[in-house]
Amino acid sequence: MKIVACIKRVPVTETQPKIDASGTAMESSGVEHMLSFYDELGVEEALVTKEKHGGEVTVLTLGPAEASKEVRECLAKGADQGVILADADWNKRDCRATAKALAAKIGELGADLVFTGWVATDRDNAAVGPMLATYLDYACVTNVIELSIDGTTGTAKRESEAGIETYTFSLPAVITCQKGLNEPRRAGLKGIMAAKKKAVEEVPFEEVANQAEVTGLSLPPARSEGRIVGEGAAAVPALIEALRNEAQVL
Amino acid sequence: MSKIVVYVEQNAGKPSTASLEALGAAHATGSEVVAALSGPGAEAAAAGLGAHGAAHAVVIPAEQHSPDQVARDLASVVTDQGAKAFVATATSTSRDVAPRVAAHLDCALFSDCTKLEASGDSFQVSRPMLAGKLVSEQKTNGPVLCATLRRNVFNPVSADGTCEVATAASSGPGKAVLSKVEPKPEGKLDVSEAPVVVSGGRGLKEPENFKIIEDLADAFGNAAVGASRAVVDLGWRPHGDQVGQTGKTVSPQLYVAVCISGAIQHLAGMKTSKVIVAINKDADAPIFKIADYGIVGDAFEVLPALTEAVKAIRAQG
Repeated sequence: MKIVACIKRVPVTETQPKIDASGTAMESSGVEHMLSFYDELGVEEALVTKEKHGGEVTVLTLGPAEASKEVRECLAKGADQGVILADADWNKRDCRATAKALAAKIGELGADLVFTGWVATDRDNAAVGPMLATYLDYACVTNVIELSIDGTTGTAKRESEAGIETYTFSLPAVITCQKGLNEPRRAGLKGIMAAKKKAVEEVPFEEVANQAEVTGLSLPPARSEGRIVGEGAAAVPALIEALRNEAQVL
Repeated sequence: MSKIVVYVEQNAGKPSTASLEALGAAHATGSEVVAALSGPGAEAAAAGLGAHGAAHAVVIPAEQHSPDQVARDLASVVTDQGAKAFVATATSTSRDVAPRVAAHLDCALFSDCTKLEASGDSFQVSRPMLAGKLVSEQKTNGPVLCATLRRNVFNPVSADGTCEVATAASSGPGKAVLSKVEPKPEGKLDVSEAPVVVSGGRGLKEPENFKIIEDLADAFGNAAVGASRAVVDLGWRPHGDQVGQTGKTVSPQLYVAVCISGAIQHLAGMKTSKVIVAINKDADAPIFKIADYGIVGDAFEVLPALTEAVKAIRAQG
């Protein structure tokens, strides 16, 4: 089985962003990066699928050369090779341009299953997975919390407002991963050593111009400082009073 | 006047409240609104949408829900109508469909927008990023603006218009098909929808101690129980209850944080709540910096007293 895990390098979740001089982008200096949390679930599911059904896992990202750090983390867990669509402007690339670049590469590599996070924790757009599935004309189930693959078909569960939904589909398919699907493994020392010998290819790609244009970026208004109404159970009446008469939410 | 196509979710002939908000947002831009619906009951739901701002409605025939089929047919509706925008609500169902519509139209998608404005044929949106740590103003240079709209931000509209209903041609079965829905337990509110959220953290020490959180939520009657990442990772609470950057973003009327110190990732997920109450033993906990009202103290003493007080108020009506 040919399996591709699409990942993204994103600012660490601790980041307190600042706006740069252009006023339309986040200040990049001093920002540390990590593998987007939900992509880690995608990589885990790719490895689990390989262990069950055999095959090969390729980790694919559109990113800067530095993204080799995140790619190698995935190789250390057991992925077979990495491909970086080298893009210095990766964090400005919109969802459509990103999805088209990834879809073109996946089309070239060929894949039975593509895994990715349901959303990247930087732009929170949750678009690239289903968009690249559409460009590839693959089936796609998003926000998956349970997956089973049986030969050339699969079933996947996702949570919606209505409840837990079960979808049936045929391969090839794109699965976007939600918390609950699995518990990502940690890389062991042996894996980390082995990853050093695995291939990480940096390749060019055909750029597509962005459609989305950021015209302004701001920090949300700070909350005004509240107050401590008291200590222990004795403070409950004061809290109730404030919630009823001041905030009027009770 | 430019046209907007709005995807309206419906269940057994009743449009979803969230989709009515999206219709209201589209109507408020001054554009001509075309509602598009699918699934059993779509005709019945479509007929009433004139009262919610739609001038026309198009029904997409579909026996079983398939997001890829609905998306393909929605894209055809957008093209046939010559619409300049496609919008949907930002529910799980619509966020599943909308990116595929955008790809069929070869357009970018703007998810979970908190503002939608039009001037002529050009649209401007605002959307949060980094779990709300940044707010961006964006526009598209593509042919159609495709966007999903955050819930509880836009208001539905009451109009006395009527709505013509047409039926679209279906493009045939989809690649992924919904085969089963296990409904949520009756009365269980989701943290992202509930008007009141009571969340607990690791300071509760044992998973069984979430009982005091559940009791307070029950006393409110309209509350959901939330959780910090730490307790979800420990397996004390289900993943769907997690509030924060790698969980759900919530903005209830009232958020009560119990034994949650206030990691930046948690704060990002709840700081747009209207009123925040924090109960924590540690007076220096960061949660108190963003809380409107705080009680410093032991949750095991404070919460039962608070639960009784809330019950007493509710009993008075």
